[in-house]
Amino acid sequence: MEFAFTQEQEMIRDTAASFLKDASTSAAIRSAMASDLGYSPDLWQRICTDMYWQALHIPEEYGGMGLGYVELVAVLEQMGRYLLCSPYLATVAMATNALLIAGTDDQKTEILPQLIEGKTATLAFNGGSNLWSADAVTASYKRDGDTAILNGQYRYVLDGHSADYLIIAAREEGSVGAEGISLFVCTADTDGIQRSLLPTMDQSRRQAAIELTDLRLPAESVMGDFGTAAKALSKILDLATIALAAEQAGGMQQILDITVDYTKSRNQFGRSIAGFQAIKHKAADMMLRNEVARSAVYYAACIADDALSAGPLADELAEAASIAKSYCSEAYFKNAGEALQMHGGVGFTWEYDVHLYFKRAKASEHFLGNSVYHRERVAGVLLD
Amino acid sequence: MKLQFSPADEQFRAEIAAWLADNLVGEFAQLKFRGGPGDEHMFPEERKKWERKLAEGGWTCVGWPKEHGGRGLSIEQQVIFFEEYARAGAPGRMGHIGDGLAGPTLIAFGSDEQKRKYLPGILSGTEFWCQGYSEPGAGSDLANVKTKARLDEASGKWIINGQKVWTSLAHESEYCFVIARTDPESKAHKGLGFFLIKMDQPGVTVRPIEQITGTSEFNEVFFDDAQCDANDIVGEPGEGWKVAMGLLGYERGVSTLGQQMAFQNELNEVVALAKRNGAAKDPVIRQRIADAHIGLKIMRYNSMRMLSGNSGDGSLQKEALIYKLYWATWHRDLGELAMDILGAEADILLDAPYELNRLQSLFLFTRSDTIYGGTNQIQRNIIAERGLGMPKELRP
Repeated sequence: MEFAFTQEQEMIRDTAASFLKDASTSAAIRSAMASDLGYSPDLWQRICTDMYWQALHIPEEYGGMGLGYVELVAVLEQMGRYLLCSPYLATVAMATNALLIAGTDDQKTEILPQLIEGKTATLAFNGGSNLWSADAVTASYKRDGDTAILNGQYRYVLDGHSADYLIIAAREEGSVGAEGISLFVCTADTDGIQRSLLPTMDQSRRQAAIELTDLRLPAESVMGDFGTAAKALSKILDLATIALAAEQAGGMQQILDITVDYTKSRNQFGRSIAGFQAIKHKAADMMLRNEVARSAVYYAACIADDALSAGPLADELAEAASIAKSYCSEAYFKNAGEALQMHGGVGFTWEYDVHLYFKRAKASEHFLGNSVYHRERVAGVLLD
Repeated sequence: MKLQFSPADEQFRAEIAAWLADNLVGEFAQLKFRGGPGDEHMFPEERKKWERKLAEGGWTCVGWPKEHGGRGLSIEQQVIFFEEYARAGAPGRMGHIGDGLAGPTLIAFGSDEQKRKYLPGILSGTEFWCQGYSEPGAGSDLANVKTKARLDEASGKWIINGQKVWTSLAHESEYCFVIARTDPESKAHKGLGFFLIKMDQPGVTVRPIEQITGTSEFNEVFFDDAQCDANDIVGEPGEGWKVAMGLLGYERGVSTLGQQMAFQNELNEVVALAKRNGAAKDPVIRQRIADAHIGLKIMRYNSMRMLSGNSGDGSLQKEALIYKLYWATWHRDLGELAMDILGAEADILLDAPYELNRLQSLFLFTRSDTIYGGTNQIQRNIIAERGLGMPKELRP
């Protein structure tokens, strides 16, 4: 047992931290927030050509680096910490995983190298509910010979307005629950796909609505066999959930650092407010939640590695994802709320960065399932 | 990162599990799941006999170096030992203060003579120790010790006067290690000595404290001209604080994983109860049970990080700094959850005058978890100061 980053993993983490500290400054975040795209294409290309992060966990046979989920999580944690505005979560933690898990060899061979080169992709599955499983899929398909005709709507599609490729989950007309789920992959400009940006309170990440109207997809677009993708979808979502939890743990670190620094420099009643126990104890609780969150995320990352490589602990994936996400979701928002309070009036301003984290924390809390949702998933296994 | 234990370690797991299965039988079977926190006063003689059984098998002091008679287990194997011990329901260790605190302190700071005199009794499970740190005026402010030690030149012995409190198992122990002031003019952590004191002597009086559970595991210990030999001081006079605190920075909490197995046993009981009485259908209770389950899982992951990590300078890593606050609060919450699942039945005792069931005992005893060994409030001060570099408390 060695439940700590290896030296190589520490290097990946530290490199990510120093790169993002320079690249994802407050000014850069705010500029990306104000743009139509929601991220800087230049920075995205630099990440691709200088850092190879899009290639991290893609197997070498498809041109990737062949590293694991622990390395991915080490990078994602830093992205959350520096609030990087990018389609990374959508492209790598959702679409790439979908291709790795459910894609045919042709699909992987064709698309993964493009993602490594900087094309973007995302996953559309949720028809607009707070369910984060096959139950959320409302769009449907019917078969017409070898092709499928898809109709329906999606919400909460990360970077859905700009992604080059879409992975689409749809159900066979009339099916319910986990039955009849299929995954498709296509370019986002295919006729029959209409995409619209959803303005978001958390402007550091873009979401879109997608409408499919008689979208015709050929057999080559189907991922695996028709109607059998529910299990794959659940695995994809669990992996994405772990990635998001890693971002949350990273965000918690930054908001703690910012806040502790602020309280040390802020003087009232003739002394630094960091010396008051009312402040110290809040900060101590924030650090506790941050460390605990990190422990949950790292464990889940190890399990994700097993899930992707059919390792011995692969069956723990759903539980590990729910443990990480349920803890990190409440903890990040709680910490961000405390941070705002500890900043006092300036925490309420647009100028200070606290609100960026506060909003990201709330948006991330609910995306892919909030704490209540994930606890109930755990309770179901434990109690029913 | 690697979660699995090596095949050699797994073989070791099988060995200790088999030993426990073979030996925790017959007269010892009644001790299963007994003698833990809140139950430490139960079966003292039988549990002392169990300590000797452990010693015969070479299962006391498993983390001590072999040169001092220990088993010299690696961190991983110690983890496995504590896990299997708790999983088997083996009883709370009567010898844990000698095994985990007194012995390691003597190994690190004691003279050769002290090691020769005291280690064998700990190893053989025949001599038991208690810890004399807290006093009525030295709780959270532990350095405010008033107990005095004076070297009597005529007899050549140290003469100890003062009072200790919250001394677990004092009435069952042969020895107590005591911090006492060797320099009467000194203040705080300066001028203290670390003494090894025999309990069975006229100058030592033990008085049990009746707790909110109606039982007594903690005691007051009074020293009225109690004596120990001139060479029963560990380190020099004035070095007592260094000796008392010496191991804390390096103690990585191996036994915590065993503690978690005991927590798992308690949680299993709570889950079974909720299924039995229908509370498991209540959406709020479901959330709280899942939260407890998740909290315990993460406690384990956090310990694994503590054990694997290394701050490099012997100081506590951040995940270790938060550990006491985390587990104590989790455990206290579990006690409350157990009562809320029982509902009105929570108030009904097993028997008069005050026989608590296990969950009632859990509920009441866990209130002490967030107080002893550094209250939650002291823990938060430590985390803020050492973990976040925030200003230290004013010490007038």
